[in-house]
Amino acid sequence: MAAPRDEPRGILHRFWRSVFRAPLNPRDDTDRKRIVVSHLFLHNRPVRVSSATVRYTHTFGLGGMSIVLFGMLAATGVLLMFVYEPSPGYAYDSIVSLRADVFFGRLVRNVHYWSANLLIVVATLHLVRVYLTGAYYGARQLNWVLGLALLLCAMGSNFTGYLLPWDQLSYWATTIVTGMLGYAPLVGGWLQGVVRGGDEIGAATLVGFYAAHTTLLPVLIVALMALHFWRVRKAGGVVVPRAPGEETDARPEKVLFLPHLLLREFAVALCLVAFVLVLAVGFDAPLGEAANPGMSPNPAKAPWYFAGFQELLLHFDPLFAVVVLPLLAVLLLLSLPYLRYDKDTSGVLLMSREGRRLALAAALVAVVATPLWILADETFVDLAAWMPGVPPVLRNGLLPAVVCAAVVVAFQLAARRRAGANNEAVQASFVLLATVFLILTIAGFWFRGPGMALVWPWAR
Amino acid sequence: MTSRRSFLQRVWLVLGGVAAGEYVAIAFDFLRPRRLVRGEGAGVVVAGPVARFAPESVTAFPAGRFYLARLADGGFVALSRVCTHLGCTVPWDAAAKRFVCPCHASSFAISGAVLSPPAPRGLDRYPVRIENGIVKVDTSEALRADGSVQAVYA
Repeated sequence: MAAPRDEPRGILHRFWRSVFRAPLNPRDDTDRKRIVVSHLFLHNRPVRVSSATVRYTHTFGLGGMSIVLFGMLAATGVLLMFVYEPSPGYAYDSIVSLRADVFFGRLVRNVHYWSANLLIVVATLHLVRVYLTGAYYGARQLNWVLGLALLLCAMGSNFTGYLLPWDQLSYWATTIVTGMLGYAPLVGGWLQGVVRGGDEIGAATLVGFYAAHTTLLPVLIVALMALHFWRVRKAGGVVVPRAPGEETDARPEKVLFLPHLLLREFAVALCLVAFVLVLAVGFDAPLGEAANPGMSPNPAKAPWYFAGFQELLLHFDPLFAVVVLPLLAVLLLLSLPYLRYDKDTSGVLLMSREGRRLALAAALVAVVATPLWILADETFVDLAAWMPGVPPVLRNGLLPAVVCAAVVVAFQLAARRRAGANNEAVQASFVLLATVFLILTIAGFWFRGPGMALVWPWAR
Repeated sequence: MTSRRSFLQRVWLVLGGVAAGEYVAIAFDFLRPRRLVRGEGAGVVVAGPVARFAPESVTAFPAGRFYLARLADGGFVALSRVCTHLGCTVPWDAAAKRFVCPCHASSFAISGAVLSPPAPRGLDRYPVRIENGIVKVDTSEALRADGSVQAVYA
């Protein structure tokens, strides 16, 4: 630490200097470096960063955007807690009164709603970006797992928050999603009872969801975020981009974190806040009729981020749609950084030229095959009529699951032969499955009408 | 050979583990679903005299959250209104003479049996008693349908 500069004059001035040890208006690079190392929040960042990583189109600032959205959710969420009453008799009325009587109540609720939904989108895109730039080898392995845990926490927060307005939409979406839990073998009934706090959705469910939404999950998210950022720092910052075939630069060109990266992050944050405000002013968070346990609306749908699973339910036996396939997907995602790879492709977007071609092919196959499969299952495929006597769990569960697995394995083997390394093949399978899930989500959310029959989105 | 120091270190670790374990056990107990404790016969709903219910009719009891169905042969069954697929409430379609779930189009016969999937089993039942010509339904616990029609006759 450098010797204290000029001794401050008055007592207020000395207090100020004790809070901000480094000058807030830096005159040169030395001052800027001192600011970074002497502030609690900035010292988690390096003084210098590789200039290639600063480029916006390398990361699109998606991780930082998630932090900003979390901050907006915390800020608006605390305000909402002062108005909201978590009991079935008052919850809905408190939201109605929030919209009608509280100054800017509607706006605050809308900001909370849009930030929450954007967080799921942005965090998922962040995951895709991290995967496609190969930022999961070596020192980054565990951070991939932490990121997945954060994404699950974000979905959990979103889902627990969905119930709180206690309207028809939220009541029945929660009924359906917790109904899915009941299909888990052995622990299903217990798990459903724990989540619902009893046999059916009621006061115990609301209190439990409220506690999870406002305390348990936020605390867990803050703790996981701290670990997540720390691991990025320990891995030497964001992965350094490089072109296919280019060696990793041992001594990349560097620029100062302040101002080059911090100002870019600040600009992204401001644009994001502006975007959320525009959404919040223009589009209201939905609020249906008050919850009525005696009448299910038609159709009753899960929240959009679970629409893919609800769509799976229409094609697979519940045991497979709700338990086997999601568990398999999570295990595959968790294992991605720990597989034995033929080479290290960190920093190369889509790994190589062959990797890019294969990923594009995988996406195209998924985009064409998934809607065809949905249509076929909706129109002429009737396994129950073709195979009477076969138990549904085999006929509509194991059989289609094995067929799907066979398609993925065949794709994986063909890709491996073409690319000559397993990296590109694994990536192609990832792109294939991710695109299938995206299409299922779109189909479940936009193309399902009354009775969950297929409809055009504009005819709903 | 374990020294006194390493033995004591291990004891501290074990004690810390026990303390953490106690917290986990307590947390599980807190999360356990609570059921309302009710006295004997508290869940019994008096539906009314047998003659009030026509054969092949379904009467909703919103307070008891069940349907009392009278089959064509005069037998009574009390059916849960919760679809066995994902828990939506099934309304009775009197014209089509079946329960149709609005969520995934499962349908059930007047006896509660599955007419069309995806519902995996028939509607749950509540025990019905007929005492002195009065139909009573015990709503304290729903019973899973086992495929056979166990209607109660006057």
